[in-house]
Amino acid sequence: MYKYDEYDHSIVAARVEEFRDQVNRRLAGQITEDQFKPLRLMNGLYLQLHAYMLRVAVPYGTLDSRQMHMLAHIARKYDRGYGHFTTRQNLQYNWIKLEDAPDILAELATVEMHAIQTSGNCIRNISSDQFAGAAADELTDPRPWAELLRQWSTFHPEFSYLPRKFKICVIAAEEDRAAMRLHDIGIQIVEKDGQLGAAIYVGGGMGRTPMIAPLIKDFVPFDDFVSYLEACLRVYNRYGRRDNMYKARIKILIHELGADKYAAEVEEEFAAVKALGIDPPRAEFDRIAAHFAPPAYDADAPDTLDRSDPDFAVWLDQNVSAHKQPGYAVVTISLKPIGGIPGDATADQIDLMADLAKAHSFDELRVTHAQNIVLPHVRKADLYALWQQLRDAGLAEANLDLISDIIACPGLDYCSLANARSIPLAQKIATRFSDIGRQRELGELKLKISGCINACGHHHAGHIGILGVDRKGVENYQLLLGGSGAEDVSLGTITGPGFSEDGIVDAIEKATNVYLAQREDGERFLDTYRRLGMAPFKEAIYG
Amino acid sequence: MKLLTGNDLASGDVTWWTGAGWSRHVEDAVDVGDQGEAIAHAEEGARRVNGPYVIDATLTPEGPRPAHIKDRIRALGPTVRPDLTLKPADPNAGSWVI
Amino acid sequence: MGDLLRYRDDEAHEEPAVTLDAFLGQSNATAVRIESGEDARVLLPYLDRIALVEVSFPKFRDGRGYSTGRILREAGYQGELRAQGDVLVDQIPLMRRCGFDSFAPEAPVDEAVLAASLARYEFHYQAAADPAVPVWKRRHG
Repeated sequence: MYKYDEYDHSIVAARVEEFRDQVNRRLAGQITEDQFKPLRLMNGLYLQLHAYMLRVAVPYGTLDSRQMHMLAHIARKYDRGYGHFTTRQNLQYNWIKLEDAPDILAELATVEMHAIQTSGNCIRNISSDQFAGAAADELTDPRPWAELLRQWSTFHPEFSYLPRKFKICVIAAEEDRAAMRLHDIGIQIVEKDGQLGAAIYVGGGMGRTPMIAPLIKDFVPFDDFVSYLEACLRVYNRYGRRDNMYKARIKILIHELGADKYAAEVEEEFAAVKALGIDPPRAEFDRIAAHFAPPAYDADAPDTLDRSDPDFAVWLDQNVSAHKQPGYAVVTISLKPIGGIPGDATADQIDLMADLAKAHSFDELRVTHAQNIVLPHVRKADLYALWQQLRDAGLAEANLDLISDIIACPGLDYCSLANARSIPLAQKIATRFSDIGRQRELGELKLKISGCINACGHHHAGHIGILGVDRKGVENYQLLLGGSGAEDVSLGTITGPGFSEDGIVDAIEKATNVYLAQREDGERFLDTYRRLGMAPFKEAIYG
Repeated sequence: MKLLTGNDLASGDVTWWTGAGWSRHVEDAVDVGDQGEAIAHAEEGARRVNGPYVIDATLTPEGPRPAHIKDRIRALGPTVRPDLTLKPADPNAGSWVI
Repeated sequence: MGDLLRYRDDEAHEEPAVTLDAFLGQSNATAVRIESGEDARVLLPYLDRIALVEVSFPKFRDGRGYSTGRILREAGYQGELRAQGDVLVDQIPLMRRCGFDSFAPEAPVDEAVLAASLARYEFHYQAAADPAVPVWKRRHG
């Protein structure tokens, strides 16, 4: 994975001192909260319900054991012994003191981490495929492209006060594990005439007006990559709406202008920008890519598995994925124990996952947008021992992509924007469907819960989605069906009137019963819904 | 009744106006009547509070009860982590929120 | 109103800046003011005779002026480029990178804070409209 050189270190160190100065000025009363807010947000520091919240960037979700141990250390020393992995592949601490924030950043910098641009109206942490570099189906590792964009977007002087936040995702496989087309810019690395380049999708997003990003350009060669994105952002910075924050995302600009007109504007801007010589040379790409070279696999690693322990066999089938290297596998550690808090991990669990990565995964971990942790390169021969250690730490829930593998935002338990709680609902649903045999019978079923219309819990993209709303001071939940964040991307449709907390658990059970009764061979819940439409589900839920 | 609440600038802790200063406990909160905005302005200017705002509440035998669930969760702590609330020993504390 | 901060060696331009409409309708003006949202590219045919472009920042959150600055510099504009309005001390380093070389902030700026802020970053990742050499160029010569 990427390692800082003197330049990266210098920039991050300067950022720590800059933020220390900004915090000191705020504490001394030299700047008001209005002036400080955008400064602290640009560094991922929010004021939430109970305290400040600090969001630490995990660029494209990749980190090593030293970084993971640091996250555990910070949880113990400055927070309350745990952290929350987010749908942006980052980690959040919920109980941070403003006066501690500069010291936390200084500690993070020692392991090449930071909180730069994890909030604010700027280019956010670049997200990517959590199986990058390991997936059997990928064309190439997308992370060198993502790292190139991390550097390009860090403290970009022109794009630090955009109309609204800006999220970029880079993938390089046909299977989309990162909700690529639900980003402001989604990039798929593709091959054309033996050359790698980028297919650019612009204007996707969730929030109150969900949109699927249309294709703007089918192939941008490496030599034009940064220039083209610079042009995409400049058109947005100049023409994105600033009169209404709810209409300020680029998806609204694309929607109002039309994708063709936007693409034409970008081409015109690109013609001007390309002449400036702002594209890094291939040597820089090669330098970055060398950091992502495959680890030293054991070519003789056995490719067979002992499945005799039935609990292990279930976990293998559910949480272990195909690796490009024979004898190796990709392990997803579920952070969704039945009745637990989706995405939360204690400092001890974080330390353990770090140790396991060091021992079994070439010192590498990934954070997934579904709030789980991946060990990307595990010898198949090590899987049983690994599973036993995970099981003893309560980290071996065999529910990846099943109904209890729920994405949930922090909701009204933590978040000042939320209208309803998300976590208790996730706990009730997981508990109702706790039987693993029943879950596996239901098969792949992505359930996603947001506690408000901002959709941090990706409810639009859930096969089953839930949106918490405030109905006259009482929590109420809307049910959506038919969304997907994968390569078969679609947006969910609201079933009808909303439910109480208990009511929606019943409604979900009724919907799954329709699926079980009407599914055809090999159909997932989503496929049956797409074939039958809303009517039979609606009838079962409300009839 | 009207309560004045905000967060401590340095620590971020949820605080409530007691008439003489700020407390972490909603039980200590007093009715600010129509003085909320003026107190908020003065206290924010002195950096004794961050982001103060006035809320509606009712007075109950147990003390003031914020009208909105969001402020009740702020007063207690996250309902999903009773150990981290202000009343970790009270198994029924969460029901006060609902 | 804060003091005018200039990072140029020449004398400050005395002529008041006229609106973009007035400038386009009046051939002898040498100073023009661009409101946020106006298209700087309409000035490109006239850059040779402009001594001052004042770019309005009505709110610090409105970042359109950053693009305006770069567009003018990229087109070869050499005159004074002034950021006027809700310009905050922490924004000035970014504006410098976008080509601004004078600042008329509405509120006074603490000069010590500004000086520290301008000196803070030795390196920049990306090329912009200032002389800074991007990190990738330093890495590869």
